[in-house]
Amino acid sequence: MDRITTDRRSLLKAGGALLVAFVAGGPPRGALAWAEKPVAADRVESFLALESDGRVTVYVGKVDLGTGVRTGFMQIVAEELDIPLGRIRVVEGDTALTPDQGVTYGSLSIQNAGVQLRAAAATLRREVLRRAGDRFSAQPASLRMEEGVVIAPNGRASLAELVGTGRMELAVDTSAPIKSPEERRVVGRAAPRVDIPDKVFGRFEYVHDFKLPGMLHGRPVRPPALGAVAEAVDEASIRHIPGVVRVVHQGAFVGVVAESEWAAIKAARELRVRWSDWNGLPEQARIWEHVKATPVAQVQVTSERGDAPGAVRGATRQLSATYDFGINSHASMGPSCAVAEWKDGRLTTWSASQGTHNLRKQLAMMLAEPVDNVRCIYMEGAGCYGRNGHEDAAADAALLAKAVGRPVRVQWMRHDEHGWDPKGPPHLVELRGGLDAQGNIVGWEAEAWIPKGAGGNVDLVAAELGGLPRENQIHPGNIIHNLAQPYGFPAVKTTCHRLETTPFRPSWIRTPGRMQNTYASECFLDEMAAAAGKDPLELRLSLLPHEEARGREVLERVGRLANWQARPSPQNDRSGEVLRGRGVTFCKYELVRTYVAAVAEVEVNRRTGAIKVTRFLCSHDCGQIINPDGVRAQVEGNVIHTLSRTFKEEMTFDRKAVTSLDWASYQVITFPEIPEIVVDLVDRPTERPWGAGEPAAAVVPSAVGNAIFDATGVRMRSIPFTAAKFRAAAQGV
Amino acid sequence: MSQSLALTVNGRAVTIAVDDPQMPLLYALRNEMGLTGPHFGCGLAQCGACTVHVDGAAIRSCVMPVADAAGKRVVTLEGLGTPENPHKLQSAFIQEQAVQCGYCTNGMIMESAALLERNPRPSADQVKEALANNICRCGTHPRVVAAVLRAAQG
Repeated sequence: MDRITTDRRSLLKAGGALLVAFVAGGPPRGALAWAEKPVAADRVESFLALESDGRVTVYVGKVDLGTGVRTGFMQIVAEELDIPLGRIRVVEGDTALTPDQGVTYGSLSIQNAGVQLRAAAATLRREVLRRAGDRFSAQPASLRMEEGVVIAPNGRASLAELVGTGRMELAVDTSAPIKSPEERRVVGRAAPRVDIPDKVFGRFEYVHDFKLPGMLHGRPVRPPALGAVAEAVDEASIRHIPGVVRVVHQGAFVGVVAESEWAAIKAARELRVRWSDWNGLPEQARIWEHVKATPVAQVQVTSERGDAPGAVRGATRQLSATYDFGINSHASMGPSCAVAEWKDGRLTTWSASQGTHNLRKQLAMMLAEPVDNVRCIYMEGAGCYGRNGHEDAAADAALLAKAVGRPVRVQWMRHDEHGWDPKGPPHLVELRGGLDAQGNIVGWEAEAWIPKGAGGNVDLVAAELGGLPRENQIHPGNIIHNLAQPYGFPAVKTTCHRLETTPFRPSWIRTPGRMQNTYASECFLDEMAAAAGKDPLELRLSLLPHEEARGREVLERVGRLANWQARPSPQNDRSGEVLRGRGVTFCKYELVRTYVAAVAEVEVNRRTGAIKVTRFLCSHDCGQIINPDGVRAQVEGNVIHTLSRTFKEEMTFDRKAVTSLDWASYQVITFPEIPEIVVDLVDRPTERPWGAGEPAAAVVPSAVGNAIFDATGVRMRSIPFTAAKFRAAAQGV
Repeated sequence: MSQSLALTVNGRAVTIAVDDPQMPLLYALRNEMGLTGPHFGCGLAQCGACTVHVDGAAIRSCVMPVADAAGKRVVTLEGLGTPENPHKLQSAFIQEQAVQCGYCTNGMIMESAALLERNPRPSADQVKEALANNICRCGTHPRVVAAVLRAAQG
């Protein structure tokens, strides 16, 4: 596969090409004319360009974060335009070239951007068929498309010929017919990912590999305490390092620039800075008290039916429990990286930002530049699983490049990444439920204490430290979902206490809030099932409303796959040292899309507290599947990533800053800990496609927690589920 | 003072000038020689993204001083195989689609290549043990193990 950056360059040199969108010219990369290509999201020519050699360039605002969605986009276009996959190339997340389709988050790439792209391709298909009909005086039914050519009974013409030279203007018609399931040849079938060959041969160009002529290397020097200010910077302290070009200091923003990467690393390490004292963080050991004591900005009731408090109070039996989920780092394999170049007063950045269109606005604000003077180009980085530090690295690079007047590449060190990426905030949920004499659930109440805000622009570290303009808002992601329940409880009330602040700059990490809320709710439902002496799988099936056939189907399928034997938890024989159990969980993502059900099987050593997940089974219905192997890989990734978060990941901190600054102090799952994973995909070719990048994460902690309870009778309610926490919880049993 | 070092990289004799012989090999490979297969992950020899072979052994190039590679044979992912002449692990990783973001893939392949040299027919558990110090955040582990076992059989 051609590299994307090469694609872009060759595309822009492709004078004389036949294009739906535009005939491009001009110099490559950063210096190209910025506003020549249409990018409006309601125009076909914004998404698709045809070239005379039969190739098609696809422009998408959503980006491939290492998930393989690029291949899915290609399949969608290949299908609707009957073009071989090999003739399609994709340009992603370039503010000058791609439509703004929103940030790449929330499992929305296929569901939203893919569907928009499909509508653009279907509109184009209909238009070229209409033109072919005119040209050949042929009935529409007599036309067919094959390999980029429209074939009529009396002739044939390529798509490019039918479109003609120059600009074609066509509004996207969302009602343009798409191919029926019977007609599909590419979509719905596994397609090998186009990026993988280059990645296994060391030829893929990540943002970390991107170079510009005359480029320098920068490193930020972060304060040792989050709120500390650099009172004095001793530039002489690094004068002995050859190749140091500049020390940049503004407020608490400090950075070094050098001719070589190694010189920049050494300079950042050795630079002597006098930092002010700051101890503003809460004590980690009392984090949940801190959360409960944080001022509430807003109380959001996310679901209410009947008089839930009254129903619980009046119930024969009442249960209550508190579940917590600690602070996580994105902890990307590759530290955040970006290159920035100022030319003729305008800034271009190359970064792995999930949202280049938003980054552009943030950089413009920070730098007090018009938005039109900033261009942000996406290049793949390491998987980010949410808003990590990529945008911040771009801001660092922009400030450093401005100071030195040359392009600057910034790559964070490991301690920068673990220390300064925005965090998945602490998440606390209290639940109360009531059972009647027959063990039926009569009332359900849940309250979450979580930061205010939703998706949005996470403030840039450089702007914050440098005292530069920023929005000064917190945006932890859309974290309220899945506290409201899919089940038909007679009385229910779910409430989110949206906190004014949270100790660390928050952002979304894979399945933000939806996973934590599902974890607490599905574990508590299991507690209710155990109290009522009911089988947890049967209870869920009985609680799903009649119309939730798809929900019941994933639960039934995963039950069959796991050979689920109906009985209440915990299992009876708890005499041995190593106990086995199984747990089930269900999630209807945000109550409006992808259905997931899972069974976890565990072995617990009740003396040591060692917990091993032996098998994890997942049935998954995300509607129409574009690339089954891509969905399968996402489900596997969700399960493994979330097992890591469930058992191992926990950011630690003292009163000054993050203290888990490497992979020894922030441990993640390792090969020997990976269970057998069984993925069962439900494909629904006549339905709309939904997301798959997150929903399967939602079911992991509760499936595991319920399995631990089933094995041992010990209920774990604090994540990560460590051996020490198991032993502590077991003491009360 | 710049110092000259001679080593063999992917079968070619290379001489490089370095200011600091303590500079890790990784930066010489990536920035002086344009070999970006090995990645910077941690700089602490904890994650494996930077793994290369030095005299046949898988080492973490983010902590090995470049001077220690002088006179030795270094092989990177680019030198292990090419699209025209792939190493069996590279083919197997494609067949198993054992990559998501791919940032760790270099380390997975280089560490596994060293394993297969020592143990041409490893069990799944032996593969997992050999890769226990290689981190992947995307969750490609089962596919990586399947790819290594496939390569071992091929």
